Amino acid sequence: MSSDYEYSDDEYLYDDDDEDMLSPQDGSAASSDDDMAMDTFGDDFKVPPREKRKSYEVDHDSLSHDAVKKLMAADVDHIAGIFGVDANTAELLLHHLAWNKERLIEKYMDNASAVSVAAGISLPSRASPSSSAAPIRYQGSSTRSSAATRRPARQQTPGARSLPPSSPSSNDAVLTPALAKQERFVCPICFDDSQTRFLSLSCEHQFCAECWNAYVTGKIREEGEHAIRCMAEGCALVAPRTFVLRDALPAPSEDKGTRERYEELQLRHFVASTASLKYCPYPSCTYTVSCPAASTKSSLISMVPTVTCGANATPAHKFCFGCAIESDHRPVICPVARMWLQKCEDDSETANWIKSNTKECSKCQSTIEKNGGCNHMTCKKCKHEFCWVCMGPWSEHGSAWYSCNRYDEKAGVDARDAQSKSRASLERYLHYYNRWANHEQSAKLSVELYSKTEKKMEEMQLTSELTWIEVQFMRKAVDEVEKCRMTLKWTYAMAYYLDKGNEKELFEDNQRDLERAVEDLSELLESPIDPEAISMLRQKVTDRTVYVSKRNEIMLEDTATGFQEGRWKWNVPVEGFD
Amino acid sequence: MASISARRLKKELTEINHEGTPTGIKLLSADDFETWFFSIEVLGNTLYQGEVFKLMFRFDGHYPISSPAVQFVVDQTHQAPIHPHVYSNGHICASILGNDWSPVLSVASVCITLQSMLASCKSKERPPDNDRYVAHAPDNPKKTRFHYDVDRV
Repeated sequence: MSSDYEYSDDEYLYDDDDEDMLSPQDGSAASSDDDMAMDTFGDDFKVPPREKRKSYEVDHDSLSHDAVKKLMAADVDHIAGIFGVDANTAELLLHHLAWNKERLIEKYMDNASAVSVAAGISLPSRASPSSSAAPIRYQGSSTRSSAATRRPARQQTPGARSLPPSSPSSNDAVLTPALAKQERFVCPICFDDSQTRFLSLSCEHQFCAECWNAYVTGKIREEGEHAIRCMAEGCALVAPRTFVLRDALPAPSEDKGTRERYEELQLRHFVASTASLKYCPYPSCTYTVSCPAASTKSSLISMVPTVTCGANATPAHKFCFGCAIESDHRPVICPVARMWLQKCEDDSETANWIKSNTKECSKCQSTIEKNGGCNHMTCKKCKHEFCWVCMGPWSEHGSAWYSCNRYDEKAGVDARDAQSKSRASLERYLHYYNRWANHEQSAKLSVELYSKTEKKMEEMQLTSELTWIEVQFMRKAVDEVEKCRMTLKWTYAMAYYLDKGNEKELFEDNQRDLERAVEDLSELLESPIDPEAISMLRQKVTDRTVYVSKRNEIMLEDTATGFQEGRWKWNVPVEGFD
Repeated sequence: MASISARRLKKELTEINHEGTPTGIKLLSADDFETWFFSIEVLGNTLYQGEVFKLMFRFDGHYPISSPAVQFVVDQTHQAPIHPHVYSNGHICASILGNDWSPVLSVASVCITLQSMLASCKSKERPPDNDRYVAHAPDNPKKTRFHYDVDRV
């Protein structure tokens, strides 16, 4: 394999199965982030050996917890490098602007001090630390070290140190243990005069370490707060990471949980703020999926970003990167799927009832239920009088009590026409809805089908020479049927909103072919087993499974290409389209 | 942790006994470190002239890291002031008792804040959602998640 690598420059020459080995080669456009990720995290990427990406698939990567941490650290380093500030400050800045680097750079270049104030890094101006709360200023032996060199790992040596509050990069712990004694400083929170260790942010609002600890622990554990502010009233400074982890919280050996929770909260904020990252929504899954292609709202009108996280689970953790509607609603795009579900929720049952129990007034189209009385109807709304049977105006019935023999009166025909039009739209909706619901129902029954199939597989093993491995074709077929029913289900939602025309006809042709293939296979699976003909059945099922899978591929492929080409036209305004 | 709350309250109590309470505020009882009562009246030319209210402070073991539960006492002899931020059951919607609580605030500073809240009131009325809130309000106002309106009063 390595020799292959040596002499073939053209990536198209690679066999598919080589690609997982040589992943940095595939897609030379892979961003530097990806490259870094590949190199650094090796096994964290459990991307299955990738075949050539199909048009209905979307490029995505699964990141482990640590990989996300590294991404976050890379962003922090990047900003720290550009602005020439320490990592703590860079992180607070990024945190403030929801990890939007471009906006941060723009704003920071525009007015660095305003951004620092808003991010809780420095105070608005020298004069303003609220005087009552700020106790005593200390002048330490002026061993002022550059804040940039201080790292969380470093142990603070006991020694007075104070940093001027105006420096934007100085939002770090200020420790003044030695001086506390001679100044008789007492923590304004606990008034415990036995406390000797005091901490403050660069605002110099000093409190004892124990109070800080209680406060920070409470904020993290109980409130799940990711931005912890100074305890002084009205002080907007935010405690930087180093301060929280090294100074405020007890040693890692004493309270590991709170530290982990703090890191977790920071990470969550990072992932939640980054549009190209999403947590895998499956319970207790720790993976994050990165899908830059689907990170903008406008990208969701040209693709269905169905992604799978790297967890080695059965079934795989598949979900839609763009919405929370359903794990896989291909081929229909998120906004249309959402619209359809909304409609179903609002309309289905009501529509059914309306259809069977009401008629519309032939003049104002109000829906009317006839709950008794004679056929002489008077519309409550427009006062139009008409005959319930022929829908013609009542005036043509003369004074006869009931003589609806004028079936062909023109007005009556017109009224029925108008009515049938409005019925037709209902009818049309129900057509799609019923098919949609039918596939959903069938898919739900797949659990049952599985157990039935299982029995059949056992039966086959008993009645024929086939081994367990050899009867797996049944299971595969069931899997395929279920998958295709999901596709079919959503094709009906799509077809409902597709504008009439050649494109829609082609779409429906594909849909019909797939549906026919699925039903054929489905029937075959349900048919009783004839021991004599098992090998024939096996052949047939296998063939049809392959065919069905092919049809499904075509369906998805064609729709996805259509989205990319902008081929699909909708009969209603869809979010994101003009 | 309980020791912090006790020590801090002891200190506040000593201060109150030594230096007295701000004008218009009197300590009624502070028998333990769980519940204190104050009487509060607004002096000067305000809508509440001549009215005396009773304030109850309840502290948990995490005071002052966590805010005290503060409310007006409503009983045979006391009513809650009629104020757009005070419900008829005595609960108070003030941000410093919730989101904006800071551990450097004290019982005395809360009293002063409430006093000035009353003093600056322009019209005596109940909060718009008073009936709905009072019907379902928890016993402890700290359990309510107040939505703090832009402070006009």
